[in-house]
Amino acid sequence: MDSIKIRKTLKNVGSWITNLLATILALLWSVPVIWAIIASFRPANDPMSRGDVWFSTTLTFENYTRAWSLAPFGQYYINTIVVVLIILVVQLITIVLAGFAFANYEFFGKGWIFFFVLLQMMIPTSALLAPNFSTIRTLGLFDTRLAIAIPYFGSAFGTFLMRQAFMSVPKDLVDAGVIDGCSWWQLILNVYLPPSIPSLIAFGLSSATWHWNEFLWPLIITNSDKSRPLTAGLVRFTQLGEIGAQWSLLTAATLMVAAPLFITFLIFQRRFIQSFVHSGLK
Amino acid sequence: MLASRKSSKALPYILIFPTAVFVALFTAWPVLLSIYQSFFLQRMNIAKFREPTYVGLGNYIDLFTDPYFIEVIKNTLVYILGTVPISIILGFLFALLVNRKVRGIGFFRLAFFHPMVLPMVSAATIWLFFFTPDYGLFNSTLRLLGYTGPENWTGNPNLALLSVVIVAIWKNSGYYMVFYLAGLQNLPNDVYEAAALDGANGWQTLWRITFPLLRRTTLFITIVAFIDSFRTVDHIFVLTSGGPSRASTVLLFELWLERFEYQDIGASAAITVIFVVVLLAFTVTNFITSDRKEA
Repeated sequence: MDSIKIRKTLKNVGSWITNLLATILALLWSVPVIWAIIASFRPANDPMSRGDVWFSTTLTFENYTRAWSLAPFGQYYINTIVVVLIILVVQLITIVLAGFAFANYEFFGKGWIFFFVLLQMMIPTSALLAPNFSTIRTLGLFDTRLAIAIPYFGSAFGTFLMRQAFMSVPKDLVDAGVIDGCSWWQLILNVYLPPSIPSLIAFGLSSATWHWNEFLWPLIITNSDKSRPLTAGLVRFTQLGEIGAQWSLLTAATLMVAAPLFITFLIFQRRFIQSFVHSGLK
Repeated sequence: MLASRKSSKALPYILIFPTAVFVALFTAWPVLLSIYQSFFLQRMNIAKFREPTYVGLGNYIDLFTDPYFIEVIKNTLVYILGTVPISIILGFLFALLVNRKVRGIGFFRLAFFHPMVLPMVSAATIWLFFFTPDYGLFNSTLRLLGYTGPENWTGNPNLALLSVVIVAIWKNSGYYMVFYLAGLQNLPNDVYEAAALDGANGWQTLWRITFPLLRRTTLFITIVAFIDSFRTVDHIFVLTSGGPSRASTVLLFELWLERFEYQDIGASAAITVIFVVVLLAFTVTNFITSDRKEA
């Protein structure tokens, strides 16, 4: 009896310690973003000092309006959204077509072509920014939104993901479709795609997140506000001479850049996290 | 199946064509171009070196005899060793903490994962404040714990690289947590029941059963983390610009410097080749050593 009691108490203590540890770590991990949100509403005429970096006596929205007026964030938003959408639309088409070909057909050189495409997964695009910069110049695309997007039009990762999804569609279903006289694109639309939608969404979410947040490639391939996306615009903004250490202004700009994606993430949290698992483990 | 196969011999090639063209243009071609350019001396900012001249392995020799470049390699290794193991261990710990049926567990998951969704430049801008001397929150907290060392983290040659490492750990651990979480939820229940019957305590179960069963997850995360640590330098741009005096310059940042600041085509091409070789060697080693049958 006693030993069972002790075990139970130990278990309770253990779960309390676990809860405490989890709470401390979770708070530590959340502090940066929570601080940024609070700081972004702090009036500019109340600079921070030691021990006084959180709430001021009043809250204000003026940091957001000032940041918006100091740099063309509206244009940056449009650029980022256009780039993310172009990449998404083109990728969805290319990966479905290629994934379908690899899953549905036998053809000469299939293994080698597949390996060639997968090379893109082994060599991240950021390693190749110097030669790709030359290619973009040669193509005459420098400082355009298309230049930011075009290296990602073909996706080895997406092709791989769709091939896996299509291969798990039951053969009977495919055969039935063929007997019914489906052409290849009807086969894709009616047989292969419907059960593969989760894979498609998973890929779409991780692609959109990745490209919304991307910085280095857009930085080198753009040179004016007409094509510069939010991330590159933010870094430019933080380096403006008149900004300095105006943290409330900086945090407002920082949060503006992250907000649309971040809010979407908060709403569809489960879907997002599942997508990242899904696209990682397949 | 047969009918669809017969439809047209060219069809599969046509369907793959768009993907293959973009892979060829932005993955295969740049690798070949870099190999070629790495054998030439070409510097766009010096008039007499604007036209490429063949120098054989000259660029590689210059790099590996340059103490600056050796330091960059050292920094890169420190950065990888500093970020990869700790983020993975934290990811595992977070997954264990979050993989419980407790009310409000969604909050914990959110707390650990949300940095992943932020742009790295946003994350770094926030951390720039944390590292601020005197009133920055990171220093304030450390001071509470008795820290009396230097406070200018991003401007101190001994701390700049560490500050970049800290931000990367904060940003990525939650991402790796998600993979462990998926792994944990796929573990067979009966093994645990058997262990409980045998009277194994929680600690033993963790190290003898859970961790070994997640070996493949760990391997996968290690690959992802390794490649991540190579390809992300966004936070370096915001926090340290690679300084002070290159103390926080890693390989990709050096590549950017050589190509876009010093306009040295040959050196940047050589670094690109080194980069690609390291990544390929790593991936190939992993394919060989891992026991997976069908990728």
